[in-house]
Amino acid sequence: MGDTQVFEATRDAYGRALVELGALRDDLVVLDADLSGSTRTKKFADQYPDRFFNAGIAEQNMMNMAAGLALAGKVAFASTFAIFATGRAWEQVRNTIAYPRLPVKIIATHAGLTVGADGASHQALEDIAVMRAIPGMHVIVPADGAEAEAAIKASLDIEGPVYIRLGRAKVPTITDGEFVPGRGSTLANGDDVAIVACGIMVARALEAADRMRERGINCRVINMSAVKPLDEDLLLRAARSCEAVVTAEEHNVIGGLGSAVAEFLGANCPVPVLPVAVKDRFGQSGDPDALLEYYGLMPNDIEAACVRAMQMRG
Amino acid sequence: MKISLRDYRDSREVMGSAGVENPPGFRMRISPSLTADRQKTLQDHATRLRCDVINALAEAGSGHPGGSLSCADIVATLFFDVMELDPENARWPDRDRFILAKGHAAPLLYAALAGRGFFSRDELGTLRKLSSRLQGHPDMRKTPGVEASTGSLGQGLSIAVGLALGGQLDGAAWGVYALLGDGELQEGQVWEAAMAAAHYGLDNLVAIVDNNGLQIDGPIAEVMAPEPLADKWRAFGWNVFEIDGHDIWAIHGALVEAQGATGPAVLIARTVKGKGVSFMEGECDWHGKAPSQEECHVALEDLIGGEARG
Ligand SMILES: Cc1ncc(C[n+]2csc(CCOP(=O)(O)OP(=O)(O)O)c2C)c(N)n1
Ligand SMILES: [Mg+2]
Repeated sequence: MGDTQVFEATRDAYGRALVELGALRDDLVVLDADLSGSTRTKKFADQYPDRFFNAGIAEQNMMNMAAGLALAGKVAFASTFAIFATGRAWEQVRNTIAYPRLPVKIIATHAGLTVGADGASHQALEDIAVMRAIPGMHVIVPADGAEAEAAIKASLDIEGPVYIRLGRAKVPTITDGEFVPGRGSTLANGDDVAIVACGIMVARALEAADRMRERGINCRVINMSAVKPLDEDLLLRAARSCEAVVTAEEHNVIGGLGSAVAEFLGANCPVPVLPVAVKDRFGQSGDPDALLEYYGLMPNDIEAACVRAMQMRG
Repeated sequence: MKISLRDYRDSREVMGSAGVENPPGFRMRISPSLTADRQKTLQDHATRLRCDVINALAEAGSGHPGGSLSCADIVATLFFDVMELDPENARWPDRDRFILAKGHAAPLLYAALAGRGFFSRDELGTLRKLSSRLQGHPDMRKTPGVEASTGSLGQGLSIAVGLALGGQLDGAAWGVYALLGDGELQEGQVWEAAMAAAHYGLDNLVAIVDNNGLQIDGPIAEVMAPEPLADKWRAFGWNVFEIDGHDIWAIHGALVEAQGATGPAVLIARTVKGKGVSFMEGECDWHGKAPSQEECHVALEDLIGGEARG
């Protein structure tokens, strides 16, 4: 990671992608709930005011209006903060978007601890769990702006509902900006431990792998942005060759990527699966970096988990 | 008693030539006014729907009779006169859309769809059974003619608002009709949707409140009074029509006025829960249980007297 490193928040990539897509598809509509500046849908709203609908501070109504627009033949992108998209309106999403398999793309920003100073009320740490539990729902957690843009574009080709989890903070661009639904990618090779990460934790996993390599341990790093459907082939191959897995996510330890990986491997290739995640606690106000350190989401936390995983493997 | 699509269209053309013209720049279709003959036919349809509901529920052994019977006259007027539909092509793009916000009245919707020929009336006997296309609550992926999956109260009007926005965006002539329960109005989301509909000036949206005064735990006035209804809707920027929800003339007349109104319109239709079946009328207990075979017999007797059932 030299000094030419590019940084971009995934929500900024979203704003950019929407404007581009708006020009290509006139059946694309966008909804927001009074957060269009923060979610970056405002860029689309400025460009295509006729196809932008502000629901006001009414997230449940927004989700169902999106469903109605989808019924009228539109592809609807609905955005607000992750906590409200998946918390306040979960049942609307479950019953009125996912159950009838409507093409509504829920693009939620401000997920995780990196919301920062707004504190626990605004830091969604359960959203992957509750979205993942809905049948047929795609759950995508891009690692950087480039991948976010690709995922947003790819979501148009996914029939039915999609949840894309974006962040507030700027993150280093580390992927080549490709996304295929249901596919993860291997960013570093190694056969000692496989680190399976998503979102902002992918860059941290790469950092951990660099340091482990200095200690003579080779980590495979997998960007599992496709949390659901999971890239099972990639996972199976990694588990077979490494025989120990560490997962890393900016989410509660219950129900997220770590759970998804453990559920799959437990049934198909039982190896130790050690999660690096928030340990079933709420967040709090603070600087994003300080929060990540406080809640144990640093590269050295991943390193420690890798070491333990190798010991467990024996 | 079943009217074919062709008859239906023919009759409409004749009536249409009487000359109800859409006002300039207005998009929602306006229905021709009712004749005495049509009124009688609609009344027969409503009775048929009620019988179908009773039979289907008795066969299923569970379901919601009270709130299905209370809105049968409204649904008959919509499905057999006001709304333009094509049973042979359920997804005909120009069709009017009906959203059953009070999804527990599914048996009535199914009876109306069968009556219009979307599927056979025999299929009503599969209601609520394993692998049936007729789920306990409407499933748009399973049942031809069902526009939206509903059952969770409070969401239907929001769906209708989204649909109407889509129609507005496309300059479409079709309208959106949403049928809500009066207890359902206790859901806060209904008022989010009401606000949005007025905000977006949805001329192509008509809501109908089945104001039967009852919910599950008792009268709405005791459980959580949503009154005064008309004032509330007016305050939210809607055109309000207060009508007798069992008077086909009144229902039809209000629907036509609602079609022509600027901005969204709501019919507050005063109804009797369980209407038409003596022992169900005004009885909370009959919200969500099926009649036994014996009770089914009495109910059909109430509805069609000596005529053969089925
Ligand atoms: C969100 C939600 N909460 C509760 C229920 C259970 N429920 C089904 S019907 C009903 C009462 C509905 O009363 P009302 O809207 O007045 O309907 P009607 O009297 O026309 O049957 C309730 C509480 C539900 N379907 N959805
Ligand atoms: Mg009621």
